[in-house]
Amino acid sequence: MDFFHQHQAQHYLVLASLLFALGAAGVVLRRNAIIVLMSIELMLNAVNLTFLAFSRFPLVPNSPMGSFLSGHAAVFFVIATAAAEAAVGLAIIIAVFRSRTSVNVDEFDTLKL
Amino acid sequence: MVEAVLFYLFAVGVLVAGAQVIFRRNPIYGALSLVGCFFFLAGIYVLLAAHLIAILQIMVYAGAVMVLFVFVIMLLNLKEEELGEERFTAWKVIGLAAVVTSVGVISWRALGPAYPGAPHVDNATLVTQRGPFGGVKAVGYVIYMSSVLPFEVTSLLLLVAVVAAVVVAKGKI
Repeated sequence: MDFFHQHQAQHYLVLASLLFALGAAGVVLRRNAIIVLMSIELMLNAVNLTFLAFSRFPLVPNSPMGSFLSGHAAVFFVIATAAAEAAVGLAIIIAVFRSRTSVNVDEFDTLKL
Repeated sequence: MVEAVLFYLFAVGVLVAGAQVIFRRNPIYGALSLVGCFFFLAGIYVLLAAHLIAILQIMVYAGAVMVLFVFVIMLLNLKEEELGEERFTAWKVIGLAAVVTSVGVISWRALGPAYPGAPHVDNATLVTQRGPFGGVKAVGYVIYMSSVLPFEVTSLLLLVAVVAAVVVAKGKI
């Protein structure tokens, strides 16, 4: 058994954590509101990847395959929610751009004390 | 062996395309590389035997959501000077350090002794009581039998999101 098959679950989980890091770094580093939204999509996809990895490689040993398909159902709902989030988020960006003519999140400081 | 090669190929694709998203200055390049990232991720999902989710990923994410993003980027039509200077402040360093630390902790936990090395099961031999693992029948059974309420709430959420998007973006009704 080669290295990949021996540590298959760890491969997927580490890839998911790296993808989540990319998304979180995008939210922290970038000031463009559209790119911030796209970074949030990256983080949601990282979470989906962990759901599917845990569904495919369950922590409970000797469990019947298919008893963890609720992970797939969770991913289904996350995808639907992400689509709704993107629609509302982009609508907010358009509304703010109309009043401020900017998508720079540093300039959205009306609520700041 | 083929599986390992495909995994590393797709993983490098996901990470390179994801890095393009946050490091490209122009958002249109970021959006297009995000489409590529979602396609590579769909490949990873197929390796995890999640066939239905892989198709949904391509149709909903790479199709619908990214078309919305590209449409808004084109609509705003930002000029070069409107993209703004990317400043490098102390808060960004702190945030980046927090990101690196949390990822380190997550990876350290994932690589810990949680998985004692389970016997390998080939994806093709994975079957549930209701059809192949990750197929339409098996996943659909879970969605419609044990999570009907979230399913209905999701449909309501999508309706609210459609109305909210129109109301917020339109300004005056």
